[in-house]
Amino acid sequence: MSERLVIDPVTRIEGHLRIEAQLQDGAIAEAWSAGTMVRGIELILRGRDPRDAWAFAQRICGVCTVVHAVASVRAVENALKVTIPPNAELIRNLMIGAQYIHDHVMHFYHLHALDWVDVVSALKADPKATSTLAQSIGSHPQSSPGYFADVQKRLKGLVDTGRLGIFQNGYWGHPAYRLPPEANLMAVAHYLEALAWQRDVVALHAILGGKNPHPNFVVGGAPIAISIYPEHQGQGKGPHYRGGQGGTTLDVVGLERIQAVIASMKSFVDQVYVPDTLAIAGFYKDWFKQGEGLGNFLSYGDLPGKGIDDPSGFLFPRGAILNRDLSSLHEVDLDADDQIQEYVAHSWYDYADGKDKGRHPYRGETNIDYTGPQPPYRHLPVEQAYSWIKSPRWKGRAMEVGPLARVLTLYAKGHAQTKELVDMALKKLDLPVTALFSTMGRTAARTLETKILADAMQGWYDQFVANIKAGDVSTFNEALWEPSSWPRHAQGVGFVEAPRGGLAHWVVIDDGKVANYQAVVPSTWNAGPRDPQGQPGAYEAALKGHAVHDAKQPLEVLRTIHSFDPCIACAVHLTDDNDDAFAARVL
Amino acid sequence: MKRPAANNIGSALREAGISRRDFLGFCATLAAAYALPAASVGAIAAALEKAPRASVIWLSFQECTGCTESLTRSHAPTIEGLILEQISLDYHHTLQAAAGEAAEQARMEAMRANAGKYLLIVDGSVPLGNAGYSTIAGVSNVDMLKEVAQGAAAVIAVGTCAAYGGIPAAQPNPTGAVPVSAVINDKPIVNVPGCPPIPVVITGVLAHFLTFGGLPELDDLGRPKIFYGESIHDRCYRRPFYDQGKFAETFDDEGARRGWCLFKLGCKGPVTYNACATTKWNNGVSFPIQSGHGCLGCSQPGFWDMGPFYKALSMPTANVEKAAGIAAAAGVAAGAAMAVANRGKKAAAKAAHAPVTVEDLEKKP
Repeated sequence: MSERLVIDPVTRIEGHLRIEAQLQDGAIAEAWSAGTMVRGIELILRGRDPRDAWAFAQRICGVCTVVHAVASVRAVENALKVTIPPNAELIRNLMIGAQYIHDHVMHFYHLHALDWVDVVSALKADPKATSTLAQSIGSHPQSSPGYFADVQKRLKGLVDTGRLGIFQNGYWGHPAYRLPPEANLMAVAHYLEALAWQRDVVALHAILGGKNPHPNFVVGGAPIAISIYPEHQGQGKGPHYRGGQGGTTLDVVGLERIQAVIASMKSFVDQVYVPDTLAIAGFYKDWFKQGEGLGNFLSYGDLPGKGIDDPSGFLFPRGAILNRDLSSLHEVDLDADDQIQEYVAHSWYDYADGKDKGRHPYRGETNIDYTGPQPPYRHLPVEQAYSWIKSPRWKGRAMEVGPLARVLTLYAKGHAQTKELVDMALKKLDLPVTALFSTMGRTAARTLETKILADAMQGWYDQFVANIKAGDVSTFNEALWEPSSWPRHAQGVGFVEAPRGGLAHWVVIDDGKVANYQAVVPSTWNAGPRDPQGQPGAYEAALKGHAVHDAKQPLEVLRTIHSFDPCIACAVHLTDDNDDAFAARVL
Repeated sequence: MKRPAANNIGSALREAGISRRDFLGFCATLAAAYALPAASVGAIAAALEKAPRASVIWLSFQECTGCTESLTRSHAPTIEGLILEQISLDYHHTLQAAAGEAAEQARMEAMRANAGKYLLIVDGSVPLGNAGYSTIAGVSNVDMLKEVAQGAAAVIAVGTCAAYGGIPAAQPNPTGAVPVSAVINDKPIVNVPGCPPIPVVITGVLAHFLTFGGLPELDDLGRPKIFYGESIHDRCYRRPFYDQGKFAETFDDEGARRGWCLFKLGCKGPVTYNACATTKWNNGVSFPIQSGHGCLGCSQPGFWDMGPFYKALSMPTANVEKAAGIAAAAGVAAGAAMAVANRGKKAAAKAAHAPVTVEDLEKKP
C-alpha cells in the first residue's frame, strides 16, 4: 500500500519546514524536505555598508544568534585583510562556545527530548525510584525524592486542568516511547531546569555583546572595551542596577560573572546533559542503526588559537569525510570555484544560464521564482521545484554538516579528548564505532562536543584574563575602519562552525558597498532538496527506509529530523544578485 | 482524573504546589514594571488567581525565532511559569510537542473552545508579494493570520517584523513584507517592537493582559507607553558624558574604556524609544551601550534603512561637542549643569520605578 505522508509544520525546530514522504507498506520509500518561507536577506544586503552587514546577516537566525554575525564580520575582514587583536579572538571564541553550549542543551531538552520522553507517563513515576535513578547516573545535586515529587505535582497540576498547552496533542502513549516512568519524570524535571539554566547563562553574551538574543559585534574586533579604570569597577552588578557614570560591563565584576557562567555551563553539561543523553540513548539502541543518510561529512573548522587564517590552531579541524572512510580527511577550500557550488534544480529560484548548473557563492545568484502551487495546497510537486532551500554540493557530492561531522573529523584526526569521550560512550552503551552513523549517533555527537567546548571555555577565559593582567587590553583594530582605506574591489569568505554545522558567508565589496552577499548555511547543506542529478539532501537520505508505526503520529520521522536540529530560517534567505540586475544598478 | 474546576491560575497553582513566593515574584515584577506601589501586589495576585489560564495562539511568519528565544529568556514571569501555570500556550511551533496535523488540530480546537477570548501573538512579517513566499501547512501567512485573528480578543505583534515589517521589509523589500497592522484592522493590536524585544517587555505585556484583562496604554506607534515612553538616550547612564561633550572616538580608546558617550560611533539612542537603559537585558546584566556598542534603533519603524549604523546622527544641535565645550569654557558649566539636572530627573524616575522584590513583600504584614 502506498500513501503520502505530509508533516507541516514540523515543530520543535527553528523556522518553517515541511516533510513529504511516500510510504510503502508502512516504511518510507522516498522523502522530500521543503523550506516554506523566504525573506531575501541577501538582496536586502546589497548596496549597504559592509560594516553594517553583520547586523542584517545576524537576523538570518535568532537561534544561531552569534554565528551569522561572526561569519559576516569575518567575511568582511577577510575581504579587506583586517586582522583582529588576540583579545577579540578570545571574546569571539567565548561567545561562540557559549552559543554552542546554550543551544545544544536547549535543543536536547526543549526541541528533541519530547521525541524520546513521554511527558504524561511521568505522572506514573515513583519519585523515590526516580531519585535513585538520577543518583545512579549523575552527580547533579537536585535529585532528592522530594524534588521529583514537587516536579510531578507541578506537572499533575497542568494535566489535571485538561488543557496541556504546548503538550496538547503530543503523541503520548505511542508504543515507540520506551522510557520507564521514572526516566520520563527525571527528563521532565531537567526540561524545566534547563529552561531556568539557559536564561542565566546567556549573561555571558549580555556582558560581551550587550544583549541576547542578537548581541553586538564589530568588524575589526569586539565592540566592548575593557573597563580598566579602578573608579569604574562594578557597573555590571545587580539585576536592577541602573548604572552610573563610567565604564563598560567588562570590568572586574563582569569577568567574575563570566567565570561563574562558565562554571555553571560546565557543571550542567557534566552533571545533567551528558548523563541524561547516555541514559536515554541506552533505551533506544535501535536508533543507533538507522537514520544515517549520506555517509559524507564536511567541516570548515573553527575556534582559532593562532588567528583565523591558520587552521592548524583550530580546535575543530577542517576536512571532508567520504563514504564513512575515517582514514582519509580530504582538504576543503572555500575559495575554490569547483569545490562548493549551489544548485537550484528543485528550488524556487532561477539562474541566468539555466537551472541545472552549479555556482560558487562568489558568483552566486538567486532570482526568486516561485513556481509552486498557489496556497492552500495539499502536496508539493516534488518532481519539479519544491523548496526555498538551495542544494549545496562539495565537489558534486551531497554532504552532512554538524556535530556528527565535527566529532568524526576530530576522531579521524586523533583528537585525544574526542577519542576518549567517544570510546567511553560506546563502551557504556556496548556499541561499535559504526553506531555513530545514525540518528542517535548524531544526537550523542552533539552532547559529546558540548563537553569538549565546556572544557575549552575555561582555557579561553584564563588566557583572556592573563592578557589583561599582562597589560594587553586591546580589543579592536581601527587601522582599516574608514572606507577610504579600502581597495575599490575586494572579496572574502567568513566561516564559522556553527552549532548546526559549517557556515560560511561570501561577500563581494565594490566601491565601499556590498555588491554581492551569499550565505551557505548548515541547514542548507542538511535540509536542501535534490540536485540536478537527483541526489537527495541529508534529511531526505536519512529518512529513507524508516518504518512509520502510525502515519497520523509520525514520531519516527521527527526523531531523525530533530537529530539534525533543523534551522530553516538560516537555510532559506537566499535572494541575491544576478549579474544583469547588478550591472543595471551600478549604472 | 480531570477536574475542570482547576481551570484558573490560583487553583492550578495550589494543586501544582507552586510556592506563594514564586507567584508573588511574578506579581512583583508586574507591579515594578507599572510603577505601582508594593501594596498593589496583593490586588494583582488576587486578580490573577481568579483568572482562567488564557489561551494563547502564537503564529510565526517571516521571522528568525529571535523573538521566541527572547521570550524564553524572561526572568519574571519565567517561561516555565507561563506555560505551566499562567497561560495555555496552545500553538507555538518552536515549543509545542505535536507536529503537522496534530499541531493544526490543537490550533483549531483552541480557536473553537476559546472563541472571542484567546490572545493571538504574532512574530514575523507577512509577505504580500506572493502567497507562496511563506506557508504553514500549505496555507499562506495572510490567510492564517486573518483566520486566527477573527476570534481573538486582541493581537500582540511581537518584534519589529510583526510590528512594522522589520528586516524583510527593509529596502528593497523583495517579498512585499508588511506588518500585522496592514492586514488586521478590526482588532486591538499592541506593537511590542525590538529586534528582538526585551524578554521582560514581552512577558510584561502578556502579564498586563492576564492581570487587567485589557491592553496597556499605547503611544502613536501602537507601543505600550510603560516600556516605550522614554528614549534610550534620556535614560542612558552615559548621558552625562554627552552633556559634557565626552565621546568615544573608536571602540577601544580611552573614552570607550571610560564609558563615554557613543554618539560619534553612530548610537541611535537619542531617537530610539525602548526600555533597554532601564530594565536592561537578561536580568539586568547589561544593554548594548553598556557593552560598548551604539544602539541600532531596533524598536523604531524602518530602522534598518536609517543607517549606516556607525554614522553619527545629525542632531538639532549639530555640533554637540563644540556646544558643550564652549559652555564649559565659559565657566558657566552649562554642560555640567545639564548633567546635574539630568541626574535629578533620573533619580526621580528611578524612585518611581523602584523595583519591588519578593524580599520587600515578605517584610510587609
